[in-house]
Amino acid sequence: MNKESINEEVVRHIAALSRLSLSDTDVKKYQSQLKNILDYIEQLDEVNTEDIPPTTHVLSSMKNVFREDVAKDSLSQEEVLDNAPSRRNGFFRVPKVI
Amino acid sequence: MEKAYTNINDFRDWINGQDRPLSELSKIMIDRVKSINDDINSFISVDEDLISGCAAALEKQDPRGALWGVPVAVKDNICIKGRLTTCASHILDGFRPPYNATVIEKLDKAAALLFGRANMDEFAFGSSCETSCYGPTRNPKDLSCIPGGSSGGSAAAVAGGQVLAAIGSDTGGSIRQPASMCGIVSIKPTYGRVSRYGLIAFASSLDQIGPLARNVEDCAALLEIIAGYDEKDSTSVDKEVPKYTESLGKDVKGLTIGIPAEYFGEGMDKEVRSKVEDAVNLMKKLGAVIKNISLPHTRYAVSCYYIIAPAEASSNLARYDGVHYGLRSEACDDMVEMYTATRNEGFGAEVKRRILLGTYSLSSGYYDAYYLKALKVRTRISDDFKKAFEECDCILTPTSPSTAFELGEKMDDPLKMYLSDIYTIPANLAGIPAISLPCGEDRKGLPVGLQLMAGPFAEDVLIRVAHAFESNSVK
Amino acid sequence: MGHRDKYETVIGLEVHVQLSTKTKAFCGCSTSFGDPPNTHVCPVCLGMPGVLPVFNREFLVCAVKVSLALGCDIQEKMKFDRKNYYYPDLPKNYQISQFDMPLAFSGKIRIMPPGGDVKDIGITRVHLEEDAGKLMHAPEDSCSYVDLNRTGTPLLEIVSEPDMRSPEEAYEYLVTLKRIVKYLDVSDCNMEEGSLRCDANISIREKGDPGFGSKVEIKNMNSFKAVREALSHEQDRQMDLVDEGEKIPMETRLWDEKKCITASMRSKEESHDYRYFPEPDLVPFEVEKELVEKIRAGLPELPRAKKFRFEKEYGLEDGKIENIIAEKDVADFYEETVKKVKNPQICFNWIKGEVMMHMNERGKAINELHLDPGDLAEIIIMSGKGVISNLVAKDVLRECIDTGESPDSIVKKKGLEQVSDEGALDGVIREVIDNNRKSVDDFKNGKENALSFLVGQVMRLTGGKANPKLAGELLRKNLQGRE
Repeated sequence: MNKESINEEVVRHIAALSRLSLSDTDVKKYQSQLKNILDYIEQLDEVNTEDIPPTTHVLSSMKNVFREDVAKDSLSQEEVLDNAPSRRNGFFRVPKVI
Repeated sequence: MEKAYTNINDFRDWINGQDRPLSELSKIMIDRVKSINDDINSFISVDEDLISGCAAALEKQDPRGALWGVPVAVKDNICIKGRLTTCASHILDGFRPPYNATVIEKLDKAAALLFGRANMDEFAFGSSCETSCYGPTRNPKDLSCIPGGSSGGSAAAVAGGQVLAAIGSDTGGSIRQPASMCGIVSIKPTYGRVSRYGLIAFASSLDQIGPLARNVEDCAALLEIIAGYDEKDSTSVDKEVPKYTESLGKDVKGLTIGIPAEYFGEGMDKEVRSKVEDAVNLMKKLGAVIKNISLPHTRYAVSCYYIIAPAEASSNLARYDGVHYGLRSEACDDMVEMYTATRNEGFGAEVKRRILLGTYSLSSGYYDAYYLKALKVRTRISDDFKKAFEECDCILTPTSPSTAFELGEKMDDPLKMYLSDIYTIPANLAGIPAISLPCGEDRKGLPVGLQLMAGPFAEDVLIRVAHAFESNSVK
Repeated sequence: MGHRDKYETVIGLEVHVQLSTKTKAFCGCSTSFGDPPNTHVCPVCLGMPGVLPVFNREFLVCAVKVSLALGCDIQEKMKFDRKNYYYPDLPKNYQISQFDMPLAFSGKIRIMPPGGDVKDIGITRVHLEEDAGKLMHAPEDSCSYVDLNRTGTPLLEIVSEPDMRSPEEAYEYLVTLKRIVKYLDVSDCNMEEGSLRCDANISIREKGDPGFGSKVEIKNMNSFKAVREALSHEQDRQMDLVDEGEKIPMETRLWDEKKCITASMRSKEESHDYRYFPEPDLVPFEVEKELVEKIRAGLPELPRAKKFRFEKEYGLEDGKIENIIAEKDVADFYEETVKKVKNPQICFNWIKGEVMMHMNERGKAINELHLDPGDLAEIIIMSGKGVISNLVAKDVLRECIDTGESPDSIVKKKGLEQVSDEGALDGVIREVIDNNRKSVDDFKNGKENALSFLVGQVMRLTGGKANPKLAGELLRKNLQGRE
């Protein structure tokens, strides 16, 4: 496990990846809380997991679930846009993408 | 009227004996909910017109559905078509889904009277119902205490006598722990037993919807209604749903109950220990064989969970961005600004914390050390249970290391809060079913919860053992 | 430039193919396009809270078809992963894709670059993913507009090995790949419409150097021609830089069609951290051997195999066959016609000439022309037998395509039968000789092509119905007779 502690720069980078922008106070606060939690989580290093497969799906019998290529009703345009914070002419409207 | 709110059968007797139409009766039920809500804040809002409208629509139903007119609370993260569903978060302000969760379709068919917006920890991240943006819910047994979380509103609504039953969601204990703290019964089904379609996702490989009620019978009845294969959920299992109510009234003679040493170590309240030990003795008396077992990787469960759950959550919550629904921050010049401003404004601190934690453990350079490692430890934990169920029919543990703590007590120490989920998390990691039911009270009168776990799809065993315990324990 | 001798170009292509299944990858919305915005959207592809994806079986079938046709190894097990990034045309802010366990690995395509030898281009992998929506920019009100109709459409990503050594090879690769995929009838493969998209990776190195230079990604190429031009420009740009002793930064550059240059977009070092992890809402898939073999058995004859067979069976030259096999429908039409006419060369001439001219003129595919192989065969046979002249035959073909009527009834209705009776032509012959003294004199003075002109006049006066051969003979007789 990565022994480097989570520092403020890492917190800012992670926040940017998650589209959160944190104040300096918040960065400090989260940094210390996350460090605490991650220090605790270090204990996973104690577990021998050599040759142990990861569990991505808890019931291993689950596989090959399909649907058929048959069209189902879609929502109406009105229903699609009903919850939209901003819309125009049938589109979702957003600030410009740089 | 009070008797009607004891259990579903009594309620059914009351409602069937009424001349007044359901729409009128619903107003009585609504008033009851609202007046109790002043004290405990278990519902974010109660839409009177909508609910009495639903009641009016049910009036002519013939034959009447199994839950006709029965008031059932629905956690604010389960989508009800056309109704505000917001996960107790501002980021979903105003969101009304254009579709029903599958469990809601099933409850509608059974003609239950649904009271939505049961309060919860924001996005189900929490064990105390204190992170809701609508204020905390209070424990009906002691208003200075938390009801547990994240399905705190659902549990309090049942325990406080506002409704007969509720549905909530359980990712790391979020149905069982509040049930334990409020003194009611709840079941977390096997992963895949109940459809997740329409459950606003927290951690997709761990989430399950389950029932909460005053007693085992009502829980069993509700589970029968909501369980079953759903073609809209690729992770739901195509397996017949047994008549769980047929497991009631059976004895436990000859059943083996495993007691894992790791669940009875340090960190457990003395009084919790004593009540649970009493429960073990009762089981012995009732003819069960008690066996000491070991689940050696238990101590790693919290760490394992707090990598996997936030990682999945960080991805599941990426969609809350102000583009298609919910809150959008005003006056933003470009997309990145809009994303960050909206998410800053809309999410509370615990949500942000878990998103950061989850993003970190998935990020480049850390994936193997954290996420992948946790998935392997998860296999170890699952294997512990597989081995244990070769020698016992079910496992008995406390639900929570303590009874309900005071509001605000653990809010400053996230890790302390996380560690209180130690007994419930393993069942989610292994995907196995678990039930929590009351087994006494502490000196302060706060309920102690007993947890039973069984192998995949063995909910019938849980119901059998739980019912036997419930029927024979001193009230 | 001495560049080319010193440096070698290394190109790899990533091609996205949009599959033409009826419904989307993970929900039942229709994939039809051209409809008003946001009318083929459901809670699942909209990424609403609480929704879950369910995998379209037909997507897998199409993907296996393509992978087999590209010579790939189909994996026994595959799974989906989430690719996490934020963009307004991606409602969940993650794309369901495949990372470390894709459907297929290790295939190859054989290409024939112009002026070069046959060459194999390796296919690294083929994987499945869902498409994003469409984002439109409106600079006038500094907003962007999102249409989610396309969100969730099935996509195949086909990644080549960096085996191409020139923009021309890249072009050939794309032509060949498109041809193969179109043969399978699983996609329109139309770059202009967006059902086929291409990004390129290009670097240069000194000849003989086993290592790789800095890779530059090129995006925003909207046609095969643009790919060739962009790579050609970029190759020169990189070679110029290296000549000047500069380093080539690893980055993404966009092709500017108007200015014909590539321009930097962002540094590749700051590339997205996609935080791939296994998609928990979809189960893993075991691709059953029986299914793969069933699909393999049902594959149509692919372009290369068809080409060899046409060479052998129909004796057509290599260069000519390309035209006929480029589209499977044309190749099939050709074969059906040959079955009836029995003369492969003549059928080839007609299809390559007249039929394709009509296709181009009308912007239609061969099956959209109101013409079936039987009709074409009839026309060719009538012309061969002399029932109609070659010139008239072309008119009959046009009429047939225009009206959908059978050639036989057209000829009869319009009385287009060739005039092969000498007597009937005598009058016309005399008229042409009388009115074209100069040409007659030219012919008598030894100019053979004057005769062709005179034959042309006979054809004109008879509305194309005269038998040209006979007209030629009669003219010659007459002119040589009259000294």
